[in-house]
Amino acid sequence: MQQRTPIVDYLVLDGDPHLVASECEQCGARYFDRRNACAACGAAGGFRQVAIDRQGELRAFTIVSMAAPGIDVPFVAGVVDCGGTTVRANVVNTPPDPDHVRLGMKLRLATFPLGTDSAGTEAVGFGFEPLEQS
Amino acid sequence: MADTVWILGITMTKFGKHPDADTVDLAAEAALGALADGGVTIEDVDVLAAGNLLGAGAGIGQQLQKQIGQTGIPVYNVANACATGATALRTAVMAIKAGEADVGLAVGVEKLAGAGLLAGGTRAGDSDTWQPRGRYGAVAALDGRVGTETMPGVFAQVGMQYLHEHRYGGTPLELFARISEKNHAHSTLNPLAAYTKAMSLEQIMGDLMIAYPNTRPMCSANCDGAAAAVVVSDATLKTLSREQQRRAVKISASVLTSDPWQEGCQVLPDVNTLTRSAARQAYEQAGVGPDDLDLVELHDCFATAELVHYDNLGLCEEGGAVDFLESGAPYRDGRMPVNVSGGLQSKGHPIAATGIANIWEVCHHLRGEAGPRQIEGARVGLAHVIGLGSACGVHILERSAA
Ligand SMILES: [Zn+2]
Repeated sequence: MQQRTPIVDYLVLDGDPHLVASECEQCGARYFDRRNACAACGAAGGFRQVAIDRQGELRAFTIVSMAAPGIDVPFVAGVVDCGGTTVRANVVNTPPDPDHVRLGMKLRLATFPLGTDSAGTEAVGFGFEPLEQS
Repeated sequence: MADTVWILGITMTKFGKHPDADTVDLAAEAALGALADGGVTIEDVDVLAAGNLLGAGAGIGQQLQKQIGQTGIPVYNVANACATGATALRTAVMAIKAGEADVGLAVGVEKLAGAGLLAGGTRAGDSDTWQPRGRYGAVAALDGRVGTETMPGVFAQVGMQYLHEHRYGGTPLELFARISEKNHAHSTLNPLAAYTKAMSLEQIMGDLMIAYPNTRPMCSANCDGAAAAVVVSDATLKTLSREQQRRAVKISASVLTSDPWQEGCQVLPDVNTLTRSAARQAYEQAGVGPDDLDLVELHDCFATAELVHYDNLGLCEEGGAVDFLESGAPYRDGRMPVNVSGGLQSKGHPIAATGIANIWEVCHHLRGEAGPRQIEGARVGLAHVIGLGSACGVHILERSAA
């Protein structure tokens, strides 16, 4: 079977693909990056891995027309509220225009291949797609 | 009040393209201009704070000294994103408040003409095998693949989030274009602005889309420029001429904040909480409220940003930024003129100069020297800047009673 690698280490591909966060054991603040301590409460005690809801609501978006080389434009970038945890992602599988992307729309996690490297490993990206196709 | 600090002299260069001037030339023009405006010389200055964000390692303060006067005083080179200029000013103010200096000079300068989009930081290179790198274990650059890190896109989301939170039912593109139309109209009266052309709503909406809903004229203009200010202690001002005392502008509040942790603030930058906090502290320090302000220069790095700062600075009721705009209040003939300079969208945004240039604009009106764009009888004004990362500077300025 082909080797697969997630685009970021907080995307889990086994089983139902989902995102994970590091949650502060003291105050519950959640983070997606490697942590030294907690920015919310200062505790350095420890973090536990928690699974993030696979569905969410679009809190903000932009349709980017000017981007770095290698990025197809236009694309929709947004911020998704997944059961109280804020997630940054592209909104995918919908036309990138304001008639199809609406604030407050319900979304679900989607994964897709980004390409295969010279060692035969496929990278997998993620985004959020509309729960109901409009 | 004994520890009051005053702006004695202040100036900004023309913002725009300066192909024949380097950062030191522009910084020197602004610094010498501010010293002359204040009626002092470099020999009188006890402390220098200077910022040039793109050349933050080069030591712009000492480079400047080598052109205008190496007097051996302490130099603080500061870098604080788009709040760099405000941070330089605040550094000089703190040195005076600490009793270590009587006269301070703050300078901000940037050469940005022709610079492209200002993107974010997570740009791990694409190699021929997928290698996890950095704090997210990313195998590819995340900008554009996992949301956007470009400034127009980040600030577009900031504005859209405000509309979502307050259940806006209209057309975002037209709403934000109206803010840009206002600022471009204001710029026609400002000869130092990079762009001084009025634009119609249709022109703005139909221009090149950068990151919906921000079209090109709704984005701050990359340009060259510098600004500088001379600040003095209350005791020093009292020894100066009547004319210097009359033109001096009181710094009623000088506040710098960073962003306190909020859920989601490391995902989409939270430009609201630290601005609200800075504004609250500034009003308290100055003993004034938003209703006392005669004009406001706020950080409209994008049209989408201006809207949220109406609310963050308390210029309108909570949640009422759209109504505030639609009431006509922030227009130059309105109840609370905002960005009569033309704002960053037309005046331009040479990053480290912006935080002092905004204060120059307010001072210009308080001194009654703003010519055709003068806000008549201006007595109190507020200048606001924000840099992602984040840093927010708020200064409240008052006309001298002398
Ligand atoms: Zn914590």
